Amino acid sequence: MPKQPGDPETTKLSLWRRARNQLATAFAICAAVLVIVPLMAIFVYLLIKGVGALNWTFLTQTPKPVGEVGGGMANAIVGSGVILGIASLTGIPMGIGCGIYLAEYGRGRLGDLVRFTADVLNGVPSIVIGIAVYSLIVIRQKHFSAFSGGVALAIMMIPTVARATEEMLLMVPNNVREAALGLGIPKWRTTLSISLRTASAGVITGCMLAFARVAGETAPLLFTAFGNQYWNKNPNQPTAALPLQIYTYAISPFDEWHRQAWAGSLILIMMIVAAVAAVRIVTSRGTLKGAS
Amino acid sequence: MPDNANPMNSPHPTEPIKKPMTAIPRLAQTVGEPKTVSAGSVLARIRHTHPRSSRMPDAAFSLLILITAVSVFAIVLFVVWELFDKSRLSLHQFGLGFFYSRNWDPVNGDFGALPFVYGTLVSSFLALLLAVPLSVGVAVYVTEMCPMRLRAIISFLVELLAAIPSVIYGLWAIFVLAPLLREYVEPFLARTLGWTGLFTGPMYGIGMLAAGIILAIMIVPIIASITREVLTAVPQNQREAVLALGATRWEMIRMGVLRNARIGILGGIILGLGRALGETMAVTMIIGNRPEIAKSLFAPAYTMASVIANEFSEATGDLYLSALVEIGLALFIVTLIVNALARLLVWSITGGTVGRARA
Repeated sequence: MPKQPGDPETTKLSLWRRARNQLATAFAICAAVLVIVPLMAIFVYLLIKGVGALNWTFLTQTPKPVGEVGGGMANAIVGSGVILGIASLTGIPMGIGCGIYLAEYGRGRLGDLVRFTADVLNGVPSIVIGIAVYSLIVIRQKHFSAFSGGVALAIMMIPTVARATEEMLLMVPNNVREAALGLGIPKWRTTLSISLRTASAGVITGCMLAFARVAGETAPLLFTAFGNQYWNKNPNQPTAALPLQIYTYAISPFDEWHRQAWAGSLILIMMIVAAVAAVRIVTSRGTLKGAS
Repeated sequence: MPDNANPMNSPHPTEPIKKPMTAIPRLAQTVGEPKTVSAGSVLARIRHTHPRSSRMPDAAFSLLILITAVSVFAIVLFVVWELFDKSRLSLHQFGLGFFYSRNWDPVNGDFGALPFVYGTLVSSFLALLLAVPLSVGVAVYVTEMCPMRLRAIISFLVELLAAIPSVIYGLWAIFVLAPLLREYVEPFLARTLGWTGLFTGPMYGIGMLAAGIILAIMIVPIIASITREVLTAVPQNQREAVLALGATRWEMIRMGVLRNARIGILGGIILGLGRALGETMAVTMIIGNRPEIAKSLFAPAYTMASVIANEFSEATGDLYLSALVEIGLALFIVTLIVNALARLLVWSITGGTVGRARA
């Protein structure tokens, strides 16, 4: 570590330089504190306001009409689960497939093209994906649905999963592949049961990060899943989702709804923290550690 | 130039493995296809009595993988096509004038996106103004100054900031940040800096300033984590060389570290800008949603993303919808350019290993 300049003779110049050095250190510490403070503030408020509003009815009941106290977000929690389930079931296999292509098959022009488009997709604002899925599915079906919301989130998951899979597969030593191929195992088996399996810890990390990223997404659900005040078991119908419900309640003028928005946020953040924590456990156990 | 030396000395674990990898799998591929390599074909014959049937699943698998990869490409193409197609009406009707007309009048079918473009640009640049010094400061503190023990904790906390969903930032902004601004910060700013004209008018709490602040908090983790990666990529002997010349720590950081890393930091900043431009929910909840251009930062404004979020599902009439899609198209193109630029800059420094898991 660099040391402080402890020169014995303190000339005028070195005083100035020393002062600047101290100033810079002070600024960096201030910056660190200023960045941590909002984080702490958000978590403290979530805990204080969220725990106060959290109770059993919140977790088991559907929203009550405006003006009535009570009710909960059970339908939104389940709806979020359904949407995220659809998203994971479609987005993760596609992302992994794309990652396998990039790492094991795709070289040359097409590989670069796919890699570039995955990066482009990663940078597309989520609201724009919402518009695209709206015109692809919602307009054709003529109604909002959990299914279309799932597709929107799946599209957002693909690039993260694909790049994580690619990176992890490239870290698998080539001897492992060659050994498998040398035993006469066909390439597809080698890829799936040897390479992908060796890289599984990192791939799972990528999937969980993608999950955590889309779990809180609201913008693409606004005009795909749309939201619903009642129970809905049909994924082909408008469905409530936790982030949507938080948004609706937060911008409403009712105190009771504000309270529930805090509670919903607490549940949402707990889901995400659980996913991130799961990532930490998986990566600390696995053989290959992810870059992220 | 030290810039050229960076990729070689990059401490990234994937770095040394990546280079040979690109060359060797070709070998593995040929082994997998019995036709070209004699040893392989012998093996295949020993293992399987029907070599043809054993090749079938392989071909099917690679076809399947190819299809998934190409479909990712197809999705992006589809998004672009859909945006162009659905905004054709508005493109045709207003042309380029769409982006410098101030009128947003759904009732009379007159649409101009200037207030939204203005809101998006000003809120994003305000966010950068606040976030850049903070995130570079944090990154410098973490890589160069802080004790080892704190290092991991601070990095973890900063990354946690990135995991908070945008809607929760919005909720917090409405109920905590806005009252704080209204009661304390805005009166103070109006007293001290009111003469600039940027801090005048009624203080609602919500408005451009609040949106800028919440965006700043949201993009700090992106800029900070990329800056941190770029700073760690600066070779240690650069630091030692500057220190050996008798520099103080700050001089060492300024001349030996920041100067070498400046292109990568710029890349991180632009990546943060890309995120800020496209950010929807938190901004929609706090910016006040009024399609007007005001000089004062206290005044409510509107951004491109939030007008889509607010009005898209209620838009009546094809032209209205089409105008909103055109705003989405513009947003898409701008973020595309910004992100491509950022990635090029970051890659030129680190050799392509950082910065894609995020953002």
